[in-house]
Amino acid sequence: MLGGGLLGLEAAKALLDLGLETHVVEFAPRLMPRQIDDTGSAVLAHKLSQLGITVHTGKNTKKIAGNGKLEGLEFTDNTSLDIEMLVISAGIRPRDELAKSCGLHVHVKGGIVVDNHLRTNDESIFAIGEAAVHNNMVYGLVAPGYEMADIVVNQILGEAAKQFTGFDMSTKLKLIGVDVASFGDPFGETAGSIPIAFQDKHNGVYKRINISHDGKYLLGGILIGDASQFNIFHQMVANKMPLPAQPETLIIGSPGKNEEGAGVKSLPETAQICSCENVSKGDLICQITEHGAISVDDLKKKTKACTGCGGCTPMVNDILKTTLESLGHKIKKTLCEHFEFSRQELFDIIKVKGIKTYDALLNSVGKGDGCEVCKPAVASLLASIWNELIAEQDTIQDTNDRYLANIQRGGTYSVVPRIAGGEITPAKLMAIGRIAQKYGLYTKITGGQRIDMFGARMDQLPEIWEELILEGFESGHAYGKALRTIKSCVGSTWCRYGVQDSVSFAIFIEDRYKGLRAPHKIKGAVSGCIRECAEAQSKDFGVIATEKGWNLYVCGNGGARPQHAKLFASDVDTETCVKLIDRFLMFYIKTADPLTRTATWLNKMEGGLDYLRDVVINDSLGICESLEVEMKELIANYHCEWKKVVENPQLRSRYKHFINDDEPDSTIAFVEMRDQKIPVDWNKRNI
Amino acid sequence: MDHLPTNNPNSLKQLSEMDLLNDLSQPYHGVKTWFRAARVQDFPENGGACVRYKDLQIAVFNFTRRNEWYACQNLCPHKMQMVLSRGMIGSHQGEPKIACPFHKKTFSLKTGECLNAEECTIMVYPVRIEDGYVHIGLTG
Ligand SMILES: Cc1cc2nc3c(=O)[nH]c(=O)nc-3n(C[C@H](O)[C@H](O)[C@H](O)COP(=O)(O)OP(=O)(O)OC[C@H]3O[C@@H](n4cnc5c(N)ncnc54)[C@H](O)[C@@H]3O)c2cc1C
Ligand code: SF4
Ligand code: SF4
Ligand code: FES
Repeated sequence: MLGGGLLGLEAAKALLDLGLETHVVEFAPRLMPRQIDDTGSAVLAHKLSQLGITVHTGKNTKKIAGNGKLEGLEFTDNTSLDIEMLVISAGIRPRDELAKSCGLHVHVKGGIVVDNHLRTNDESIFAIGEAAVHNNMVYGLVAPGYEMADIVVNQILGEAAKQFTGFDMSTKLKLIGVDVASFGDPFGETAGSIPIAFQDKHNGVYKRINISHDGKYLLGGILIGDASQFNIFHQMVANKMPLPAQPETLIIGSPGKNEEGAGVKSLPETAQICSCENVSKGDLICQITEHGAISVDDLKKKTKACTGCGGCTPMVNDILKTTLESLGHKIKKTLCEHFEFSRQELFDIIKVKGIKTYDALLNSVGKGDGCEVCKPAVASLLASIWNELIAEQDTIQDTNDRYLANIQRGGTYSVVPRIAGGEITPAKLMAIGRIAQKYGLYTKITGGQRIDMFGARMDQLPEIWEELILEGFESGHAYGKALRTIKSCVGSTWCRYGVQDSVSFAIFIEDRYKGLRAPHKIKGAVSGCIRECAEAQSKDFGVIATEKGWNLYVCGNGGARPQHAKLFASDVDTETCVKLIDRFLMFYIKTADPLTRTATWLNKMEGGLDYLRDVVINDSLGICESLEVEMKELIANYHCEWKKVVENPQLRSRYKHFINDDEPDSTIAFVEMRDQKIPVDWNKRNI
Repeated sequence: MDHLPTNNPNSLKQLSEMDLLNDLSQPYHGVKTWFRAARVQDFPENGGACVRYKDLQIAVFNFTRRNEWYACQNLCPHKMQMVLSRGMIGSHQGEPKIACPFHKKTFSLKTGECLNAEECTIMVYPVRIEDGYVHIGLTG
């Protein structure tokens, strides 16, 4: 990549994404010399090197070597670089041939010279956009071009026109996976300006702001590594908004606080939000208050905001939210553009109307063709309500549910048979080993006390399952938003501390709820005594043995936001414990939003744990009996999905990569690691 | 053999009503070959399947509800995965789209443009139904 400016770096990232070894050669001593300073450039270069892009600054290219075929670049410092492909992005060269031949003045470096009225030396000819040179400068951005067009049109119409006196060149780098922004006067060239800078080497963050000598206004600055404040800073400069008493708090700030949302409120109505399409805050608010816009899409259509570079989308979102809130709008929770209902409302509709298919639901209460949000959500509802074979409506399922296996990097699948409670006989262990070896699968023990076999091609899945089923295994539903595993410790069967038989109880529960579909995956555990070796308090429901019976915990979570399960009932007997779990799970399935784990569901529940206890234990809503009946029906309707597929030639025939050819996908490739196979790196595939 | 290309010189003249349903702005501009891929009933309803043409993998989608067909490259440009045919189809403001099963990037099936991220635009191909077979228009 010859040229380390804005476009050069975006292109470099694209080259890297194509799997190419990428170098950036820049003539100036730093990257993006028009936008950022030396420190900023160093931080950026470090970030790029972490991505795999090598940066060469201060390199003057003297020759592009090769004859007919590119070989390398030679530099004036007598070094060279071997290359096979060269992309040049080294500045703007306006097409001024026509202008030149008409006798218009052109700049020595190219471009038609214009004055503050954007007139050329022929007073009836204007020049705008990238073709024009104003004050020795070509503006290589869309916004100044629009501004110029505005000024010229007003002159032609004979209306009072502003003069063009230069333009704010604030920019944000979008593609590269590294935030880079520069706004206002980035280098502090304004007389008397004071720079304040903050650098976090560890995280590759550099922030610099330049403030006016009296400390009142922000003049400009540079943001590397974290440009989340770009929009608001840019607005502060453009609107001369007063700085806080301690301007340094702007860049050191307290993390986690949503400054953007608070920020838009303090902006004046005239603040330009979308610079590509010149849309002000007032324009957006007017669309919301006067013309009934209620979504970002509405605003896009009516004002064209967000349709250019998209950088203003977060601010437009915030303005929409704060304005709607100020109007007292309650934002209705709907699934997506195809259904104007929440998941809970759809649950009732499906149940009451007896709807069995996605298409029937869409026909009766939806619109359009559906999407990747509502299809799996409705699929999960249908499965939770009727527990019929999901393979019958395969194309509304997420790919894992469609092929009843977990898609993995590279496009192959992993296979997880159920091993209830984590208990397995040596013979079954050997069967898994034999089958995995036969199909060359990578094996690993999962966090849920079972064995995952990776690297199966789609066309191999039915054969693998046929063999597993012959050995007595069933689907483990690892692919579904469904009950996963009930983890257990050995409890009183082997452990010297155990007070109850935790393994038997775990296996009983896992068999009871296997195949149960829910808004999200569900995990459980049973520990044989207070020492809690099965970590039951980190599960959606956990049971811990006591001298007198069981303690039941609910709504715990591991994962991204760990949360301990809450004690729900103490010293209950086995039968009561199962009844409470039945009701609890069914209530969750009926009322939670899609993809909400039990912990989040409880956190958002009005009345919290007390309310949940009231409903599930004290039957305050009078629904416990029906919850139990519904659960019983689901359990009675259980089937091993893989057994159905293996036995049904028509379902089996779907497991082919090509519809018109029996060959498998030839682009799948593996490499070896510790005597097993793993898929080749993302991007490095030979396609 | 089902999957050999058909080079029917008359095929352009035989456009039936059905073919025009796809409403591409320049439906068959530059098409040199209409590749006969597979029978209509081989494809899932309201879903997709992958078609092989020489070394090319093409994802073909049957929008049964709209009685329309679309085709695009099978490779998802996000992480270079050969999976788009296994994604879920749908619409965005009426525009037919496909969602990659890996990270749910969505692409318009009319223009190939990425609708919810900044991935590059993918190749789309015209599709025609003739004699119960799905044909894909190729320019090469
Ligand atoms: C890869 C890339 C990414 C960019 N990204 C951004 C971005 O994210 N944000 C941003 O603000 N800017 C961006 N820019 C810059 C922006 O695209 C330009 O500043 C803008 O398009 C200039 O508009 P223009 O109308 O002056 O020139 P152009 O868009 O180049 O239009 C000039 C037109 O005049 C025609 N023409 C030339 N000579 C003649 C002739 N003799 N007779 C008739 N017609 C003629 C040309 O064919 C062309 O259609 C980017 C530029 C590139 C190359
Ligand atoms: S939880 Fe108690 S019973 Fe279970 S293994 Fe630990 S100490 Fe033993
Ligand atoms: S923690 Fe992340 S990388 Fe590991 S399995 Fe889960 S999703 Fe994948
Ligand atoms: S690979 Fe398609 S979205 Fe990531």
